[in-house]
Amino acid sequence: MRGLGFDIAHLLAGSLVLVSFMQLYQDRLSALINTFALHAVVLALSVAWQAYIQDAPHLYVTAALALVFKAIIIPVALQRIIVRLGIHREIEKVVGVGITMLFGMGLVALSMVLMLRVTAEADPLAREDLAFALAVVLLGLLMMVTRRNAVSQVVGFMSLENGLVLAATGAKGMPLVVEISVAFSILIAFIVIGIFLFRIRERFDTIDVGALDRFRGERT
Amino acid sequence: MELAFNFAVQFAQMLLVLALAPLLTGFVRKVKARLLRRQGPPLLQPYRDLIRLMRKEVIVAESASWLFRVIPYLIFAATWVAAALVPTFRTGLLFSWTADLIAIIALLGSARFFLALAGLDVGTSFGGIGSSREVMIASLAEPAMLMIVFTLALIAGSTQLSTMAGFMVSPAVGLRVSLGLALIALIIVAIAENARIPVDNPATHLELTMVHEAMVLEYSGRHLALIDLTAELKLLLYISLIACLFAPWGIADKNAGALALATGVATYAGKLVVGGFLLALFETAIAKMRVFRVPEFLGAALMLGLLGTLLLFVSRSF
Repeated sequence: MRGLGFDIAHLLAGSLVLVSFMQLYQDRLSALINTFALHAVVLALSVAWQAYIQDAPHLYVTAALALVFKAIIIPVALQRIIVRLGIHREIEKVVGVGITMLFGMGLVALSMVLMLRVTAEADPLAREDLAFALAVVLLGLLMMVTRRNAVSQVVGFMSLENGLVLAATGAKGMPLVVEISVAFSILIAFIVIGIFLFRIRERFDTIDVGALDRFRGERT
Repeated sequence: MELAFNFAVQFAQMLLVLALAPLLTGFVRKVKARLLRRQGPPLLQPYRDLIRLMRKEVIVAESASWLFRVIPYLIFAATWVAAALVPTFRTGLLFSWTADLIAIIALLGSARFFLALAGLDVGTSFGGIGSSREVMIASLAEPAMLMIVFTLALIAGSTQLSTMAGFMVSPAVGLRVSLGLALIALIIVAIAENARIPVDNPATHLELTMVHEAMVLEYSGRHLALIDLTAELKLLLYISLIACLFAPWGIADKNAGALALATGVATYAGKLVVGGFLLALFETAIAKMRVFRVPEFLGAALMLGLLGTLLLFVSRSF
């Protein structure tokens, strides 16, 4: 039981990293958002499995929150936003897929080396969870760095947050209140970002954040 | 006595792969045709093609060197040896101490090298295009394949196929994310190496898209028959390899009796049917990629292999 429980936790956390890579690979916006929904579903499964093996019922609430907010509400809202902005067929890329993937591999290797060394005495379950969570967070950051489109930066930000939730579930003793408030603050952040998207679009006729840089450069 | 028996089994395997390879190709073609609601050629058509080609006269270009004439035999021999080393219905074959995954990759790699040389030898432009594309695909597929081998070897603790197959059926394997990643990566590599649809279309002679066919355009007669048979053997080899590594159930072990051997042969045939059917289904469902997208497709395999190896280090055993 112990072995199988560990294996399944490992499998789910590993597939979360894999879905992060799939996000880096996608260059169409609507496919990217679908992948993000998949990311959230895998996260919910992973958290629910942690709840089951740690015997911590409050983690089920976290899983349900992840499922409802991040796998259903936010992707649907994002899809509607990109349809309204008329960019759902757009393809965007700053750095090529291959180079991004190599960077991503480097980040995963970095997080493994770092976490396995830092947490040498910890419980193996928490240990691998933390290593994977750091990898997911770094991949989310990489996504935000390599994309210019504001919508895919939002997706990167959300998947970064998924990594944080994964880290929080691996370490025992995260209070439920904190998790709920984090989930709601993400939702608020999402609403604010959504409004910003429309504002940027209104002013610059594009949501390529490169336009912002050019604008600032001209003024100063 | 035991040596003689082992020798007989090894010999039977060599004949079996050679005899089944055209049948597998015929089966894949038939399933593909049926999925498109066509009648399709009969199952035995590849054998007839081979026999017909054998009877035909060989025409060699004037500018061809001696390499051009030797290469079909070379690549056929290398591929046949590689196919004979993969355990199909029984592990622990006589040559099993040489059945190292890295050796098999090296055999296939040298076969590919010579085929690319043959494409360049005559000096026509199509051969050159084919060779350069083949080498581009290979330069990505081989590192990916090696990463897969590293992943599997780290898990099983050996690069020898018999030991690996034995390990994979034992309960010590458990549920591992690295194995899943390696399986997907191996399937991608197998598709690329066998010039199947998203990478290359085996049924086309359209100039802009062909890779494998462009290299062998100058061949005719028994040379072409050997090259076709080599391609069929390679497909069989990859399906056997995937079956041996990821679905080694029913495979007979070293001291198995006649009954176990019969079960081994039957399950092997079943695996080939399933593998061929899935391949045909996949090829029907997907469109061919542009040549310049192939590096991305294979890059995904390389990435999966690398990720699989990395994830191993957080696994239980390390």
